[in-house]
Amino acid sequence: MSTTTDPQGGTFRLSMLLNDSRYRSLTLQAIAAIILALAIFQLYSNLAENLRIAGLNISYAFLGTPAGYDLNQTLIDYNSQSSNLRAAFVGILNTLLVAVLGCITATVFGVIAGVLRLSNNWLVRKLMAFYVEIFRNIPVLIWIIIIFTIMTAVMPGPKLYLGAEPERELIGGLFAFTNRGIYVPAPFFTSGFGGEEGSGLNWLLVIGVLVASFFAARFVTASANAKQAETGVRPNTMYLNLAIWFVPVAIVLFILGLSWDMPDPLANRFNLRGGLQIGAPLIALWFALSIYTGAFIAENVRAGIQAVSKGQTEAASALGLRPGRTMSLVVLPQALRVIIPPLISQYLNITKNSSLAIVVGYADITATLGGITLNQTGRAIECVLLLMAFYLIISLLISMGMNVYNNAMKLKER
Amino acid sequence: MYRLRYPKVSDQPPINVADYQEEVTMNKSVLFGAMTVAALAAGAAAAGTLDDVKARGKLNCGVTTGLAGFAAPDANGEWKGFDVAVCRAVAAAVLGDATAVEFVPTTGKTRFTALASGEIDMLARNTTWTLSRDVDLKFDFVGVNYYDGQGFMVPKELGVSSAKDLDGATVCIQTGTTTELNLADFFRANNISYEPVPIETNAEGTQQYLAGACDTYTTDASGLASTRATFENPGDHTLLPEIISKEPLGPLVRHGDNEWGDIVRWTLNALITAEELGVSSANVTEMTTSTTNPEIARLLGSEGTLGEMLGLDADWAKRAIETQGNYGEIFAKNIGEDTPIGLARGLNAQWTDGGLLYSPPFR
Repeated sequence: MSTTTDPQGGTFRLSMLLNDSRYRSLTLQAIAAIILALAIFQLYSNLAENLRIAGLNISYAFLGTPAGYDLNQTLIDYNSQSSNLRAAFVGILNTLLVAVLGCITATVFGVIAGVLRLSNNWLVRKLMAFYVEIFRNIPVLIWIIIIFTIMTAVMPGPKLYLGAEPERELIGGLFAFTNRGIYVPAPFFTSGFGGEEGSGLNWLLVIGVLVASFFAARFVTASANAKQAETGVRPNTMYLNLAIWFVPVAIVLFILGLSWDMPDPLANRFNLRGGLQIGAPLIALWFALSIYTGAFIAENVRAGIQAVSKGQTEAASALGLRPGRTMSLVVLPQALRVIIPPLISQYLNITKNSSLAIVVGYADITATLGGITLNQTGRAIECVLLLMAFYLIISLLISMGMNVYNNAMKLKER
Repeated sequence: MYRLRYPKVSDQPPINVADYQEEVTMNKSVLFGAMTVAALAAGAAAAGTLDDVKARGKLNCGVTTGLAGFAAPDANGEWKGFDVAVCRAVAAAVLGDATAVEFVPTTGKTRFTALASGEIDMLARNTTWTLSRDVDLKFDFVGVNYYDGQGFMVPKELGVSSAKDLDGATVCIQTGTTTELNLADFFRANNISYEPVPIETNAEGTQQYLAGACDTYTTDASGLASTRATFENPGDHTLLPEIISKEPLGPLVRHGDNEWGDIVRWTLNALITAEELGVSSANVTEMTTSTTNPEIARLLGSEGTLGEMLGLDADWAKRAIETQGNYGEIFAKNIGEDTPIGLARGLNAQWTDGGLLYSPPFR
């Protein structure tokens, strides 16, 4: 007696779940799913049981209570009496700040290094290969620590800049580079919304004007293109575009009464006061993330460029384009299609790696909600869950945004 | 580390997970976190820590990552210090071997998770006894082994003589500690400003402070003295006179295992009582047989059944004192005035000498 190779149609026997190749994989998948569900349930019930026995509960009430601790770099008003929720928002904004800054500079570093890696100049090519191999093969945590340590050890303390007769003058009376951070003049408005105190509305207004200028400039360029297509003569739009960009924003800044708050060496005996302080932790984290991720992006860019057929370059050369224009007009636009998908994961990496901020004391979300708040309230489970939700949402949003961009850039097949 | 642990107290039947499935309120938001944090709570259920320790043959004791005089490995890699001695005394009392201790270095952030999860049996790590830690975090502080307060250390060249002169200063502060909250309160109460530099460990704080990344370092005054002693030029740094908080530091155990808590509590009390009664590591053996003081006899187990009440043998306290010395000896050896740390007894003198140390009687 042998097992049937062709089961008779219509009749289903239980043994066929294992013996019949048509059903077997389904059976195995179902078993795996059940085991997974049981494992998760076991973990969950173990947690719930232990929490119950320890008399602990899940509660988010701590978010409303005063945090009790201070933070050093905040984008919104915060003091030790603010709630834990506000401390978490400070952390979220700081995470987003360093992520956005990091993505921009990493892209710049990456594109430059990636293009130069294919340079015909031996020295430049090898230098860039050196950069890529050094930076991407040492963990980013170590880079953050190295850069921060070097900053605090090499840069002068703020005391050198302080007093009526300081050892060092502010550079141009405007800037100071110290081991606690870089001080630059801070813009503020004397006659805008919110009076002397100032208000975010002023900046929104300025940004709004710039956005309007952007669309106006695009309109001008589009009409110039149309005219060129129609008559073959391109009108000179440079002065018009410059005026569109600068005149409205200058008028708005003048009306709002833009002035600059300078770092003041006399106000305090420990630190420079006034101006905008870009803390050493932010600089170290930002620079380390950029230069580390930049090395990966450089490889993506190189791969993207090499994916463009050499015939394209040769054709462009044959048409008389110089190497620089060949790169920017012919190769890079095509290479972008290959570059963007891996670029998404690099952006996600920057955002997630920013959680290493804690080693240099930068107040990101992991340091505030997942660090100090967690410790001071002991609400580990709640804080970790919120952290997970935050990083998940941010990562999905970045992914979504970049996918939209990718769809816009990819080869349109008709 | 994922372990499923059940209470081992004999009057509780073994718990079957299935029994709880109906009782447990399903909270979906917890579900996803459960996988990652199940380990955190896995040991919280543990009663019967004494049995666990005996079965393991080792005491897992949480200490600092390194604070000279309190808990730090010496040149041979052997942990030494004031807090370490408490761990060793407990091991001597419970296991009869003061070296049967596994020291687990913990930071200000990881210490409570380590204790709550059952990774360590007790925590002896300059930890301040506060209401919320005792009540909300579900720990039991078994007593105070060092009465401390928060101070500030500054370089002498800064010319600061009072903490109230620190307006605008940058302050290095260990994150996750009570000192972090005291600091915020102190500056707020005095209406002056500061900039915090959060750091994780004492070593990191020292490095930042010496590099000039902060103007002042604040933590418990004993910790500052200990840290300063490790500097190349300790004389260049000074402790400001203000003590801005009460920091009663003591060992703690998990809430809910009272038998284990009692053992740790009374081991500490035995060390304190021994000093009060004049029992030291040098004379403990002789005293056991020759003493005429009934309390010493009860303490050392030659009279009464105190050890048995704790679930230990009669010699438990004797072994602790024999191996570690009494409280005064431990203090003098690790952090006293003849050591580089150079701390005076101050509040930590016996009540008979005008200090706060006052152990309940052994009766």
